[in-house]
Amino acid sequence: MDANNVLEIRGLNVEFASERGRLRALRDVDLTIPRGSIVGVVGESGCGKSTMINSIIGLLAHNATVSSGSISFQGEDLLQKSERELRDIRGQHISMIFQDPMTTLNPVLSIGTQMIDIQYRDQIPKAQKKARSIEMLSRVGIPDPESRLDNYPHQFSGGMRQRIAIAMALQAEPELLIADEPTTALDATLEVQIIHRLKDLQHSMGCSILFISHHLGVIAELCDFVIVMYGGEVVERGTVRDIFHRPSHPYTFKLLECDPARIAETTRSLPTIPGEIPNLAKLPPGCIFADRCERSIGLCREKIPPSTEFAEHHWARCHLAGEVSST
Amino acid sequence: MSDTSVKAATTEMPGAWQSLWRSLKRVLREPLGALGLVLVVFVIVSAVGADLFAPFEPNKIDIRAKLQPPSAEHLLGTDQLGRDIFSRVLIGGQIALKVSLVSIGLALVIGLTLGLIAGFGPRWLDNALMLLFDSVRSFPTVMFALAVVTLFGPSLTTVMIVVVITQIPIYGRMVRSQTLALRDAEFILAERALGAGFFRIIGMHILPNVVGPLLILASMDIPFVITIEAGLSFLGMGVRPPTPSWGTILNDGYSYIYNTPWPVIAGGIPVILTTLGFTFLGESLRDVFDPRLRKEI
Amino acid sequence: MNTLLELDDVHVRFRTHSPLNAILKGIDDPFVDAVNGVSLEIGEGETYGLVGESGSGKTTLARSIIGLVEPQRGSIRYDGTELVGMPTAEMQKFRGNVGAMFQDPVGSLSPRMTIRSLLAEPFKIHDLSQRNLGQEVNRLLEMVGLNRDFANRYPHQLSGGQARRVGVARALALDPKLVVADEPTAGLDVSVQGEILNLLGRLQQELGISILVITHNLNVVRHITDRMGIMYFGRVVEQGPTETMFHQPSHPYTLALLSANPEPDPDAEIDRLELQGEVPSLFNRPSGCEFHPRCPFADDRCQASFPDLTELSDAHSYRCHHPLHVT
Repeated sequence: MDANNVLEIRGLNVEFASERGRLRALRDVDLTIPRGSIVGVVGESGCGKSTMINSIIGLLAHNATVSSGSISFQGEDLLQKSERELRDIRGQHISMIFQDPMTTLNPVLSIGTQMIDIQYRDQIPKAQKKARSIEMLSRVGIPDPESRLDNYPHQFSGGMRQRIAIAMALQAEPELLIADEPTTALDATLEVQIIHRLKDLQHSMGCSILFISHHLGVIAELCDFVIVMYGGEVVERGTVRDIFHRPSHPYTFKLLECDPARIAETTRSLPTIPGEIPNLAKLPPGCIFADRCERSIGLCREKIPPSTEFAEHHWARCHLAGEVSST
Repeated sequence: MSDTSVKAATTEMPGAWQSLWRSLKRVLREPLGALGLVLVVFVIVSAVGADLFAPFEPNKIDIRAKLQPPSAEHLLGTDQLGRDIFSRVLIGGQIALKVSLVSIGLALVIGLTLGLIAGFGPRWLDNALMLLFDSVRSFPTVMFALAVVTLFGPSLTTVMIVVVITQIPIYGRMVRSQTLALRDAEFILAERALGAGFFRIIGMHILPNVVGPLLILASMDIPFVITIEAGLSFLGMGVRPPTPSWGTILNDGYSYIYNTPWPVIAGGIPVILTTLGFTFLGESLRDVFDPRLRKEI
Repeated sequence: MNTLLELDDVHVRFRTHSPLNAILKGIDDPFVDAVNGVSLEIGEGETYGLVGESGSGKTTLARSIIGLVEPQRGSIRYDGTELVGMPTAEMQKFRGNVGAMFQDPVGSLSPRMTIRSLLAEPFKIHDLSQRNLGQEVNRLLEMVGLNRDFANRYPHQLSGGQARRVGVARALALDPKLVVADEPTAGLDVSVQGEILNLLGRLQQELGISILVITHNLNVVRHITDRMGIMYFGRVVEQGPTETMFHQPSHPYTLALLSANPEPDPDAEIDRLELQGEVPSLFNRPSGCEFHPRCPFADDRCQASFPDLTELSDAHSYRCHHPLHVT
């Protein structure tokens, strides 16, 4: 593993045992998070985003098994760690923020209590922990943090709660922050406030962020690298400019085309992707996207395309990779 | 296929029967549900037909044949007065089922109605009903029973009154809290926006969503009520001797447990089977009533 | 174009304390104003977009139009009928004349009912059972592009997009002239979002209905609406033709909202009017113009008095002491 990368996922395969049979939820997933970068994950529902996050933090459902692959975090394979070791990594080296901050905040404890509580690993006086909490709250933009430590989560607005959740996630100075749709529930004016704050904090603390969002605009503005997921596969990955300016997988291309924000001329007929997401229990023999792809050729339905690096740092899982781009 | 089901939607009654039949088939498909149903049917049939099946008159005393072990003549042996325990168990089942089904059914209907009104009606009515429920619940069951017995005298009806009154608040509270959680749900708003009236919303959209857990609770309450009946009968406040009940059979047997365990076993087994039967049935009914728990996709 | 819906100075207030409580706690005015004097018109066949952040009162306003919330003051005239002050029994009959769609596609369908029953429901409620319900159900399914097999399914067995189609069918069942759609594409993937919006557009053309769309998604508003209004704190602060509003907003809040919409282009020039803070609490109404605590142009006048309505040409109007671009 490259020492410049915080996290490297290679060839990850995850399966679920279900009543409909074996669901191959993730297939040959590769992901690289370089140190100090923000990597965006884009994909529609059912693309495998959540399964990927859960594999990283070691919280897969009981009926899930990792059939092959590796997840190296700081050079160590997380898949080989015991439950205890993973617990020490979570929260200290990898933290998470979620769409709804109320899921991470305990409604019956004050913010101060919770922020001091999560520093239980540190052998420092309580006053110092408190001072650190105050500093963290002011860094995420909570006005008058000292007096607000005694407030309870319900006394804060949605935007403030998300800031607190970010403060708590970053307090332990993790190497990696996983942000799962952190701004989806927020209003537009707050969303930009939060992503700017997140970017500033990432800059000053030097951590890496894995940022999941369905909002392409936010991804474009915030991220350095982007991976595009579809039906349990990473269909394309590259720098943010590669993905937005030179999309090379037909799915990426379609996804961008569907975003009404990218359509300059007002239209009442918006582009869509015909067809449906394939059933993961009955995978097609060839490319996962072939059925919905306008450019598919005979080969696409016969052979699963490998992930190929057809340009520097730009991979796509398409037989036509490199030929498709920007038409 | 689609033609018949479209017709089913247009006429109400065949549709209801059809769905009942479909629910029954689903209950039978689950092994535990089928077992529960078989046990419940068995208990009900043997109770209903008790007079036919009982080989002896349940109160016929035969002191010479007292405390006999099971034999071809006395399938479950005899008690301290030489009465045939098998016959007494059958007739006792009748009483146990009568008490539990009638009183729980009554408590269920009243509790459901009051709970729906409390949850969906105006605030003041909710507060009044809650106060009433809390007051009733604050009496210990036995003390309450004593008071009722003093008023009406010991009888089967007294037992049923006690059960109904003490169970109504439990069902009522449960239905109320579920109704409160549902009343602001988006699908209720959507129905109101279509112009659905109070009764339609309560009957078609709230009731089906609260009745599932209630049925479980009720079916699991049946054994509890059977023990209340037994307990009160033991205290002389329920079924008067010599009328047989599972409670009295058990209590009679306790005194002789060192000599012969048969009366206790014979009185205990029906309680266990009935408990299991109603619990399994209740659980599978819940699954059937809630399409989200159905395993087929 | 004939006016179908006319709102004049609509006020909706919610009680915060019971009368007794208010006296005990010495509160003179135990109400909050959720909608504070809104006037707008929607013409036949027109699509109107109501945009605002959470707490702006847009959902409350929508509910008063479909007859679920009664305004304390003002007038709502729909197709010649006055809704404010209508007796309860009459109101119940009236409901259904305006089609309604709610935010959660699956959650707005009664979970224990099959799609068939859900689609037959409007006819049963309004005593139209003499119609052939089977035929009506099939007609509705076909109208929204769902296969007849869906009639036997339950809401939880549908995807978000499919459930949304059922919602559209229910809203249109009784041939309303107006459909009020509250966040019709919330929670849907972009490709599915396009399908639903195209469906609504097609049905609008075929049936000649008017649509009131309530959303915070400006990209949606830009493509599908003819006119739009921006709500802030219970008031419409600016309204006008969508084209004009996007190209020449007059109210600073409109500009802030428009610019808070990150573009899906990593190299987009960001020229943003970023707002401070959040929408204040309804319990804490700012004096004068409610926007002044967050407005970069606010001065003493904004604090002292609420601005009057200024009407520009082309049905474009705003309420601001310091409008942009206006000389």
